[in-house]
Amino acid sequence: MPLPRWFHLLGSPPFVYGFAGKLTPWLGAASFLLLAIGGYWGLVVAPTERVQGEVYRILYIHPQTAYVGMMAYVVMAVAGGIGYIWRIKLAHAVAVTAAPIGASFAACALATGAIWGRPTWGTFWQWSDPRIMSETLLLFLFLGYLALRAAFEDREKADRVSAILAVVGVVNIPVIHYSVVWWNTLHQGPSIMKVGSPSIAPEMLVPFLIMVAGFTLLFYWLLLNGLRGEIVERERDARWIRQLVEARG
Amino acid sequence: MTEFLRMGGDAAYVWSAYGITLGVMVWNVWWARRRHSKALEKARVFATADRAPKQPTVRQL
Repeated sequence: MPLPRWFHLLGSPPFVYGFAGKLTPWLGAASFLLLAIGGYWGLVVAPTERVQGEVYRILYIHPQTAYVGMMAYVVMAVAGGIGYIWRIKLAHAVAVTAAPIGASFAACALATGAIWGRPTWGTFWQWSDPRIMSETLLLFLFLGYLALRAAFEDREKADRVSAILAVVGVVNIPVIHYSVVWWNTLHQGPSIMKVGSPSIAPEMLVPFLIMVAGFTLLFYWLLLNGLRGEIVERERDARWIRQLVEARG
Repeated sequence: MTEFLRMGGDAAYVWSAYGITLGVMVWNVWWARRRHSKALEKARVFATADRAPKQPTVRQL
């Protein structure tokens, strides 16, 4: 069966560069709107939690940042794998772009988690906690990926070797998700992504989900923005880049 | 308003967490923009550069 034309276009740097440029303003605007609405709803409108009080409002950012970190890792691993198997340069460009975004959000999830842990668990950090440790491993996988790439002068070699690390490290993603189910941990169990209905009041669930949507769009906005820069960086010799910079003056 | 900013006494926790997250978002936007403009600048220099061979010629030696 012949592949449809748009599928081939997805491997074409000038097409993706232009398409991403058209898509990013919409993604950025939608993400900003959702984050503003969800942030206001979560901080001002949503009721105070009965046990934790106001500090529970970290709920509207902490799981979302952790989820963006995990999503970034999956994107990095899948793109790296596609690039490795089918030797698609653009897929490697996507993987490289996802890494610093994921690293920053994984670090953010650890930081906001530590801040939330202090008043609720009585500690910022617990070395034996499986959720904290698997999330820390996620951060180190991102940093290891970036460090490994930096060790190669040849970009193609860096692409191939780092893709292997990304694919192998993906086993950590289900470990993070199920760490609260499999082991004893300070962290609470899943309350949204579980069998049966979510165990959270609708007044809190709605802004929570708006923030999830806002952070998801933010991630893809950042990814496409970064990808455009990465494409220019990689295609410097191409004629279309030459024409692009000449047209810009 | 003050009551809202106090966050029931949890202001330090809530606002530092929101501040860090906002900082990460802003850093990411800044990073993507800087990378893009730097790559375009490099490409511009490359496109306008003299494409003469970089190896020294016999005469130059």
